[in-house]
Amino acid sequence: MAANFAALRSKVELALAGRVVAPFNYRDRQEVVTVSSGIPEIDLLTGGLPRGALTEIFGPSCSGRTSLLLAALRARTAQEESCALIDGGDAFDPHSAAAAGVELRKLLWVRCRNVEQTLRATDLLLQGGGFGLIAVDLSDIAPRLVRHVPLDSWFRFRRAVEDTPTILMLLEQESNAKSCASLGLRLEAGAAGWSRMPVESAAGRAEDFSRLPWGWLLEGRSARGEVLRSRMQKGGAGYFRGGFAAAPRVANEGIFRTRMDWDFFSLPIAAKRK
Amino acid sequence: MRPCIRKNMAFAAIHVANFMVQAVLRAEAELSGKPVALVDGTAPLINVVAANDAAWRAGIQLGMAQTQAQLCAVEIRRRSRAQEQAAHAALLELGWSMSPRVEDHVQDTILTDLAGLHSLFGAEENIAREFARRAAAMHLRVHVAVSANLEVAVHAARGFAGITVIPQGEEARYLSGLPVQALAPSAEALLTLQRWGIRTCAALAALPVLELSERLGQEGVRLQELARGAHARALVLAEPAEILQEEMELDDAVEDLEPLAFVLGRLLDQVCARLAARALSAAAIRVRFDLGDAFEKEESVRGKNVVAAGVGVETAAAKAYEKVLHLPVPMRDSKMLLKLLRLQLQADPPAGAIVKITLGADPARPRTTQHGLFVPNSPDPEKLELTVARLAKLVGGANIGSPELTDTHRPGEFRMNRFFPSMNETKARGRASKKSASGGDGEAAAVVRRPATGCRIFRPRLAARVELREGRPVKIFFRGLYGRVVTASGPWRISGDWWRRDAWQQEEWDLEIAFDGGDAGGTASGSASGSADVHVNVQVNMQVIAAVQDAQVHMRAGLYCVYYDATCRSWFVRGMYD
Repeated sequence: MAANFAALRSKVELALAGRVVAPFNYRDRQEVVTVSSGIPEIDLLTGGLPRGALTEIFGPSCSGRTSLLLAALRARTAQEESCALIDGGDAFDPHSAAAAGVELRKLLWVRCRNVEQTLRATDLLLQGGGFGLIAVDLSDIAPRLVRHVPLDSWFRFRRAVEDTPTILMLLEQESNAKSCASLGLRLEAGAAGWSRMPVESAAGRAEDFSRLPWGWLLEGRSARGEVLRSRMQKGGAGYFRGGFAAAPRVANEGIFRTRMDWDFFSLPIAAKRK
Repeated sequence: MRPCIRKNMAFAAIHVANFMVQAVLRAEAELSGKPVALVDGTAPLINVVAANDAAWRAGIQLGMAQTQAQLCAVEIRRRSRAQEQAAHAALLELGWSMSPRVEDHVQDTILTDLAGLHSLFGAEENIAREFARRAAAMHLRVHVAVSANLEVAVHAARGFAGITVIPQGEEARYLSGLPVQALAPSAEALLTLQRWGIRTCAALAALPVLELSERLGQEGVRLQELARGAHARALVLAEPAEILQEEMELDDAVEDLEPLAFVLGRLLDQVCARLAARALSAAAIRVRFDLGDAFEKEESVRGKNVVAAGVGVETAAAKAYEKVLHLPVPMRDSKMLLKLLRLQLQADPPAGAIVKITLGADPARPRTTQHGLFVPNSPDPEKLELTVARLAKLVGGANIGSPELTDTHRPGEFRMNRFFPSMNETKARGRASKKSASGGDGEAAAVVRRPATGCRIFRPRLAARVELREGRPVKIFFRGLYGRVVTASGPWRISGDWWRRDAWQQEEWDLEIAFDGGDAGGTASGSASGSADVHVNVQVNMQVIAAVQDAQVHMRAGLYCVYYDATCRSWFVRGMYD
């Protein structure tokens, strides 16, 4: 039995010679370097976005995925890193990105039309290398189509991004990358924040115009994030060694709030209140 | 050109023997070592005008008819003046690669001033060897002669094979064995000298000057000075060309791009070698195809193509195709340039058979970068350009780039720019150093504010049906779903460009919508309620509805930006706050 095992082992090693150095040796994982996601609550929850790994962010519409994406892009471009956004549904809004503080000249925006284009574009960008953050936005693509993406595509992406300083961020409606993702974060929409505007009347009195539609102003919204899987230690730059462990749900939730920047449709707030 | 006179200087003459043949061999390296004969003329008078040694040995003779030459088992090529020009330009580049003072003497010979080269290359013989080595890298075999006298160097280079270094004062002795023809006398003078029995330079140099002047005039005096190595003149400097160009005429017209890649690669190799010789890189690559008749492709396609090229001058016959590959950073890697060129040509191929290729490079100083420990990672510009070109082929050139907001209030307006991340690197280094000095990687500074609410845009805009009550939206129908408006904020009236045909006027609403589910098909074209304030829009895109049916389960509630377009009196959903 042992002889057979040794023969089999040597056969495998011989077959993989030149491609894999030591196929039976344990591959020591490197230290996971994390960087800020741009949202302190998410950083506290996840320990930041891991470099050289796949981060999967998923949730329904209006759950804050784009806000998190913009925050991450802002944080990376502020560090003079080049970023790439592979926009599967061509839904990116440069105005809101600029209002969020994203340095657009550091952003490569690839506007795709379908899943195939998105995956091929991701492949090309990962091969090219050099980006601080590559975001693959599949949020607007029907989940049934994304579900058909073979799992080996995610594995390939994960392998391609390993040992590089690139953060690969995947945004979807449902989790598809599964165990290929080093960090899985589910977002859910919270309550929207509306403010009532007291407006001075002609008599100089403050009046409540909340019964009128223009007496309300959207201020932002909250979103709840939940870590569903993480290969890092919670709360900071982790040093991971060992197998995958799903994060317990209870202690892995956090809420963050977003704000509206009324400039992003080129409208100052004064003009909006007219 | 301007004269340059220096004293106690050494000059090198670089001569390409059998220039016409070498010019062809330079472009077709696979012919090296084979017997090659060049023919020229117009049919039926096409004769051999040049051949290499192997061809002479095979029986080729000068002036032989092409039909006769074909019987001698040699490779027959037409003489190419374009390749001769390119070879001449390469010869000049060879001179400039080592010395800034170069004279463009004749097509197959150049002169260079060796002043200052001794400290770099050592003795004059070493300098001459370096010239020969660099010429070989350019696929040229040259004879090099070094002398203090310009004319002596030229004659020695033409007369002696390999490397010849003539010490000062021994010019006459070195030239003595050369035939008089090496001095390029006029036919009349040569005939006279031959009648006198003067065959060599030594014999000519021995003639008395006065008598020679009486019989042959000033030409005789000049020839004798040349034979003695005593004719002095100044070096006439040549100016480097602004565009490096290589040309190749194809024997057979080529319609497909794939077979052309080999030729383009060779031309790029030559251009890059010339750039390297001058320590330069290419800022842009210009390719021009002279097109023959399009055998299989439609004339209409050709017309479209010629217009689409749109970057250069078209001939009257519209049989030329031009393309310019602008590079974000100067490059000199011929393989990388070939890949980029192929991608660009594949995106917009020429609509005709290619008969001649002209490839030029705009020279520029090479990119210099200083990397630092704290400079953030950035894509390599050369690699990035290739990646972007591949992505452009995949998604279309207009769908990739860096967005830039335009100077307008019109919602959703932006333009796509070329992505070029390599900013002011010194500035970046400074910023990064400051951030690292202030502690950590400066992450804290990036997260002081609450994150902004992201917005996703629907492209194209989604038509919607909105029910108003007391001027406020209460119900909305889009994407096959009915939604109840929970909270509405608006209307925020915006307008602009009233002086233009595409003036815009909108009333914007921010709506919090709770979806109750809906009937995707049945109510899509239904009528609105009877309220007088109701605006009806029945432009529901059935395709959109079908595509989003999967996503309906995820649309339970949401924040949307909806607007009423007063110019077309319709409601639309601009985007979603996510």
